[in-house]
Order: sequence, then C-alpha cells, then structure tokens
Amino acid sequence: MNYPADFRYSKDHEWFKMIDDSTGAIGITHYAQDQLGDVVFVELPEIGKKLEKNDVFGVVESVKAAVDCYMPLSGEIIAINELIEKQADILNSDPHGEGWMIKVRIDNPDEGSDLMDKAAYLAFLEELE
Amino acid sequence: MRTNKNAGFFPGAQGLILEEPLIFELSVPGRTGYSIPEDDLPDLPESVMPSGNLMRDDIPGMPEVSEVDIVRHYTRLSTWNYSIDHGFYPLGSCTMKYNPKVNDRTVSLPGFANLHPLVPPKHAQGALRLMHELGEYLKEISGLDAITLQPSAGAQGELTGMLMIKAYHESRGDRDRSIVLIPDSAHGTNPASCTVAGFTTKTLTSGNDGCIDLEELQSQLNDHVAAIMLTNPNTLGIFEKNACRIARMVHDAGGLIYMDGANLNALMGIVKPGQLGADILHINLHKTFSTPHGGGGPGSGPVAVNAALEPFLPIPRVIRTDDTFAWDYDKPMSIGQMHNFYGNFGVLVRAYTYIRSMGAAGLREAAETAVINANYIRVKLREHYQIAYDRICMHECIFNDLNQQKFGVSTLDIAKRLMDYGFHPPTIYFPLIVKGALMIEPTETESIETIDQFIRAMIEIDRETKSQPDLLHQAPIRTKRKRLDETLAARNPILRWTPDLNFPSQPD
Repeated sequence: MNYPADFRYSKDHEWFKMIDDSTGAIGITHYAQDQLGDVVFVELPEIGKKLEKNDVFGVVESVKAAVDCYMPLSGEIIAINELIEKQADILNSDPHGEGWMIKVRIDNPDEGSDLMDKAAYLAFLEELE
Repeated sequence: MRTNKNAGFFPGAQGLILEEPLIFELSVPGRTGYSIPEDDLPDLPESVMPSGNLMRDDIPGMPEVSEVDIVRHYTRLSTWNYSIDHGFYPLGSCTMKYNPKVNDRTVSLPGFANLHPLVPPKHAQGALRLMHELGEYLKEISGLDAITLQPSAGAQGELTGMLMIKAYHESRGDRDRSIVLIPDSAHGTNPASCTVAGFTTKTLTSGNDGCIDLEELQSQLNDHVAAIMLTNPNTLGIFEKNACRIARMVHDAGGLIYMDGANLNALMGIVKPGQLGADILHINLHKTFSTPHGGGGPGSGPVAVNAALEPFLPIPRVIRTDDTFAWDYDKPMSIGQMHNFYGNFGVLVRAYTYIRSMGAAGLREAAETAVINANYIRVKLREHYQIAYDRICMHECIFNDLNQQKFGVSTLDIAKRLMDYGFHPPTIYFPLIVKGALMIEPTETESIETIDQFIRAMIEIDRETKSQPDLLHQAPIRTKRKRLDETLAARNPILRWTPDLNFPSQPD
C-alpha cells in the first residue's frame, strides 16, 4: 500500500494532509482500515464544530470493533465526506483518497510537529508488527 | 491415572436438524388453531362501541397456523439454539457458568413467584429479608459497607456508581471533577456509563505487562479527576498487581476508585475489593452468582459502596429493625431510584440460593477452580496459539492469531470452526489492545473431560490451519446456517419481515 509522502501520520493511525496554508484533510490510514476489517459504519462530526488536538472527531465501526478517531491537530470542521456515511466500504478500498473523513480549518500548523512523516510512520508500523 | 471416555469424539455432529421458515411464511389464509362457538350475542349499539378508526374486521399480517404447526415451529427453533445447558460456552468476560436448577426451584416458590411488588412490606417480610441477607452477603464478599440491589445489569450498575461519584464530589463543593480515567483494556460500557453520567473520559494506556502504567497514571492525575474505573482482574485476565498503590495515588489526588466487578469470579472469597481500595463496586449476579445470562433472562448489577458514599445510594433501601424489615425512602442525599420497585427480584432470589447452597468455602473453591481451569487451557494451548501476555492468568486467558496468520487464517475463522466441533466460540477481537484476540473463560463448572475436549478441538483447528486453510475460511460447515456475510448484514440490516421480502437463497 502506498503511504503518500505529503501526508503526516499520527500514532493513532490518522493521516493529515495540508490542502493550503490554513486547511487540511484528515482520514484513517491503510493500516488502520486493515486492522479494523470491513468497515460498516462511520460517524462524522457536525460542520462548524471546533475541536482540540486529540479530541474525538468521529467513530469508525467495523465487524470487529468500533474505534474513536482523534484530531491530529486542533481546528474547525469545514467539510465532512458524506459519501463514506453512505458507502462505508470506501474507507477500506481507498483510505488515503476517496475515503477522506473530514476537512478542517486549522488553528496552528505547528501543532502538527509531533506527527510522523512517511518514513517514520512506516518504521512505527514495523515496530508494531 | 485418569481415563477419558470422551477421548474419541467431539460433541459437534450432523444430527437431525430440521429446516424451518419464519412463522409468517407458514401462514395459510383461514387456518386456525382454535374452534369457538358462533357469536350469538345481539350487536351492541354503536354508541357504546369505540369510534370508527379503532374498529377493524381482521388483524392484517398475523400468521394463520394450526396448533401443531406453531408447537413444531417453536420446538424446532429451540433446537437451533445453544446454551450453557447444551455444552461448553467459553465466552471470555461473560462468565458463562452453569446455572444450578435449584436456583429456579426456589424462585418458583409461590411466596416469591406470586408476590406483587405493591404488597405492603408487612406481608412481604420473607422477600425483604432475602434482599437484606443477600445484601449482607454481597457486602461481606466485596468488603464494603452498604449496597443497592436495584440496577438491572452491570452497565446500569456503572451508571449508578458514576452518578453517586458525581453526587459525592458535588456534596463536598468539589465541582470541577469532570474526568474519569479508564484503562484501554476496559469494557466498552465503562466510558459509555461515564459519558451518560456527564463525565469526560481519558484513556490510560496499559504497560507492557498488561497492567496500568503507574507513570502514565501519575501524569494524568490532577484535581479534575473524579475517579478511575478499574477492572480487576482486568480484561486480559491479569490481576492488577498495583491495585492498592493505584488506589492510594488516586485517593491522594482526591479521586475515587470505581471497580468494575465483571471479573469478580476470580476473586470471590479470596480477595475483597474493598481491601484493595475500591470505593464502589458493581457485581454482576448473572455472571458471578450463576443467574441466567444473555438471552436467558434479565441481569442484575448490585452496587456496593463504602461508608462515605452510603448517603447517595438509590432509594428505597431495605432496613432491618430487630426482626422486622421495611423500605426506607428517607435518604435526602440519594441519587434517586434506578429501577421500578426493587430491582430484578427473581434474579436476586437465584443469587441468594446460589450463595446459600455454595457456602463461603464453596464460593472460594469456585474462584480457585475457575482460575485453575483457565491456566490449564493456557498451558495446554500455548504451543499452538500465541498468548498475548504470557504469565499466570486469572479466570480467563487470551490468545491471538499470529501463528495462524502466516497461513492466512484469522481469529474469526478459528471461532467459526469451533462451532463445527460443537463448542460455542470464545469472545473474539476483545480486549481491543490485543490484535486478533481469542478470549477464553472456561469457568469452574466444566469438567476436565469437557475442557480436554475443547483443547483437542483447538489443536485440531491449528492443524487444519496448515493442512486445509480454505476449510477454515468456509467454516462453519456442519451448522444449520453456514458462514454468514456479517459485513452485508451490518451494512444492510433487514430488521423486519414484510410479505414482499425476497431473501437471497442460502447456498448449501
């Protein structure tokens, strides 16, 4: 699986991608969807909601488990992916693309400094195995 | 030397399993299961009849079947069921111990079974006495000072406890305690109960030994922490060795210790949670004290507390004055009532019967046997299945599927295949911190012959993992229904039968 080089990754297996200077997209990684198995339900936040770094922004439920998804950095929700609310399997088939979960207006990009780049995340996954 | 008469077979076999449609599909218009005389009464005047839209000639959609049809229908369906009375049920974290029939005998005594909840206490002295004595026994077992029998399940016990914690802090003017700490191995009901009670939860990451990491705990403690919710033994089947130290740390920070008593079966008669520092404990009578469980009947989750929390217990409380029992509603600091009337009384009678028939020594022996049985399975299967945290366990042991993954076989496949061998599968994919968890809790009521049979089935499945992994992907193959498409069922659930419903036919 290709982990994009322009993404940043959290230890909770969320990815974050800068769209422009003040906005970004967030989803869960290929590893996360693989561990969860078939995703059956996704719960997303309301647009306009302001969340702090590490706050729960959504829930992903699979046949195995329901897990919370955490904000990799603070921000305001400006868009949610309504497609995955109807077709949760997109989170399995394209977690880094069509399966994005939310778009946020971020307060402070520096908060993302503890996120991992591709190489560090791959090394982190190696450690978990 | 022990000889095993069951050495040659497994309980799972192809028997006379009858197909059975839904009751609606059996319906034939006009067929009835009764015959009553013609109605020869004169029509009532319209003025005394209900108005138009309440009147109808027939009830659309009701199945029309004969008596023998309906008897066979439900009898056949009952043979598809599986229960602890059928066989081994090692569902981890659920303590599916056998429910002795004497429990049902006592609860059927007319004085208990026919008692109306509105009967004045002076005519229900026996029932009140039983509740009082059960409370005393549970206090003794938990090492705590007071108890409510009201909550109808573990999760409602948790909510009761959390509401009491809230009331306790508020009564002291300590209004900024909004956080509850919960280990990542906890039952999912813990954070849910906290949230319903208005708290926010913070997750404590377990240490490498599967126990609470004391440094992590210390870093999370502050004067916003209302309580910690601790399950002991935890869901990894491991005793929290630092329980007393954890209690001191949380108490020093002004928080309380809520203990989830779901796993009390491992401690009963040996360790009193109150002596480990617990301020509040819920007890699952339907697990530890052998009352029906799951689809078998309502549960019961009494909550025991120490003296400091007693004023907040739900009302009414049963009180004893000399040899008379009464209800006490005069508890101004109580959180209120958690259940209509007095809780699930029938469950209380069964638990009381269990405690009285086991005796103190018997309860202790049950806990010891449950722990020995789990360790027996752990050691016998460790060559075949990896153990998540390999050390002496308490009442349950947790394996994972790492050995089997190499052959493309997962925990789900193993669990499904166990059904072909005639065993209820264990809990799978829980606790969440163990990847591919298989959580096995044998309980004390199983014989060594049954446990050996289960072990041989697990070893056989491991052998099949290497020799015929495809078989495991298809399992179960001997059951009435084969491998179900759980993903489709979860994504597109069909929850109600309608006449025009077309099911895709089940491949055989």
